[in-house]
Amino acid sequence: MATARKRSERPGVSGNRGKKVVKSCTINKGAAELFQFWRRLQNLPRFTRHLVSVEETGENRSHWIAKSPMGTVSEWDALIVNEHLNELIAWESEPGSEIENAGSVRFREAPGAQGTEVTVSLEYVPPAGKIGSAIAKLYGEEPELTVEDDLLRFKALMETGEIPTTEGEPAGSSRGHGAHRRNT
Amino acid sequence: MRALCWHGAKDVRVEDVPEPRILNPHDAIVRITSTAICGSDLHIYDGYIPSMEAGDILGHEFMGEVVEVGKEVRNLKQGDRVVVPFTISCGRCYYCEHQLHSLCDNTNPNAAMSSKMNGFSTAGLFGYSHLYGGYAGGQAEYARVPFADVGPIKIPEGLEDEQVLFLSDIFPTGYMAAENCNITPGQVVAVWGCGPVGQFAIRSAILLGAEKVIAIDNIPERLALAENGGAVTVSSDEDVHDILKHMTGGRGPDACIDAVGMEAHGSTYDVIKQSVKLETDRPYVLRQAMRICRKGGTLSIPGVYAGYVDKIPFGAAFAKGLTLKMGQTHVQRYLKPLLQLVLDGKIDPTFVITHRVALADAAEAYEMFAERRDGCIKVVLKPHAPPPPRPIIRAAREAGEELTEEEALHGVPRSKRLRRE
Repeated sequence: MATARKRSERPGVSGNRGKKVVKSCTINKGAAELFQFWRRLQNLPRFTRHLVSVEETGENRSHWIAKSPMGTVSEWDALIVNEHLNELIAWESEPGSEIENAGSVRFREAPGAQGTEVTVSLEYVPPAGKIGSAIAKLYGEEPELTVEDDLLRFKALMETGEIPTTEGEPAGSSRGHGAHRRNT
Repeated sequence: MRALCWHGAKDVRVEDVPEPRILNPHDAIVRITSTAICGSDLHIYDGYIPSMEAGDILGHEFMGEVVEVGKEVRNLKQGDRVVVPFTISCGRCYYCEHQLHSLCDNTNPNAAMSSKMNGFSTAGLFGYSHLYGGYAGGQAEYARVPFADVGPIKIPEGLEDEQVLFLSDIFPTGYMAAENCNITPGQVVAVWGCGPVGQFAIRSAILLGAEKVIAIDNIPERLALAENGGAVTVSSDEDVHDILKHMTGGRGPDACIDAVGMEAHGSTYDVIKQSVKLETDRPYVLRQAMRICRKGGTLSIPGVYAGYVDKIPFGAAFAKGLTLKMGQTHVQRYLKPLLQLVLDGKIDPTFVITHRVALADAAEAYEMFAERRDGCIKVVLKPHAPPPPRPIIRAAREAGEELTEEEALHGVPRSKRLRRE
């Protein structure tokens, strides 16, 4: 079992300043396969809409680049603070990050051979002195929907090897000439 | 390519749009040889399906030839002739593994939006609103078909398009509606709505051993077609409750099929509430079926409902211990057995077709179908058919008159449309 430096038992941002989103789904795959995919943090941008890249920069350390739906780019360094093989990964942004955030993902065997129950928990704190929620900066106006969408995209990718999309499908236009659809 | 696009209530247009392309590794592109307008397309046409966007290509009953496959497609190759189910299913999630293909977890790109509305998201559907995934439909010259290994069924040589086209939706939908009734010998099944799904439900109920099928509608040609299929008919303008009770020795039908759905006629109350958006659906048939269904009977609902319904006599359903079965069809489950019924000559699905028109005339065909004009029950569109003769336009050209682009493209007079006698 690889356990990272333990700063706290439960990952999170300091105090009660954070906004938290928790989402669960069941994926028709074994926990080990899901854990391994997630633990390679550079895989995360393959199914999260807001992450541009995650680069592993050292043992348990990584550099994250995110882009909001409005186009603003944020960067921070994160540390894996807790890890239980095939069960749990938890991370926190390094102190002083532009967007103070923490997250965890848990993998539990589902009853009735239905695969693995996956629970993602994300917590964010708005940057000091700035107006507006950091969640909105990363996820747009509906963080609950976006996080759920990302989790379902992870599920689709793991179960089928692809993420469903209509981006690039044809559509008519009210102006009378057709266009390829772009997802909103 | 040309495609039928939705622009608002009662506003559909055949337009030039880009051709679809492979977007995911399990995709295929199909050149559509036949496609149909479904009764459920009329809910969209009438403006009652939420989350439509201007420009959406409609159509979910289509078949054709595979012209391109993605790099992970194993079961299909270029040149295969296929019928495409209207439900898009991944084949790998819990629901697909349990033959519940319309409940697929992985094919709706707007899953979170759908789940916000319904609690959980269901399978993506072709051409049926953004809540159902926002996929471009098949009333077009070409379509992109995701998860092409899971959905499309290859058609053996010797069968015409029209013998197998309806495997895409209405035949399995009618069949599943009948199967959901768990028919045992001696049972009476009542079917509300003698549109295409009702017609297939009637014939399927008889194939599955129903003693008697009672068909309810108020359009003479639809009732006549139901009689051809072996049903006893009742006009919905009469006192249906009373008549059904008499016809079943006072017991009520053992199973009731609502093949009408959210736009039932018969209740002014619902028309008004729906028109002012206090109610999204008009559940007149549902109420009637719930009341007349025998004790311990089954209510099977293939008709589409999209939102909220009002004044449902749930107490009646509870008191009588009814079983309710409903949902979008698990088309993939039925493709092989129903194709076999066609091959064995047990059913000829072409019986339901009343009109064949070129894709260019699809907008007029929608209007005709919506208004039940000209005996219209089922319209088949031919996206690549050569343009039919246009004597009026030819005459105009000879007279030296300028043709508008609209006339040149869509100038086939309604009276000249191909019509099966």
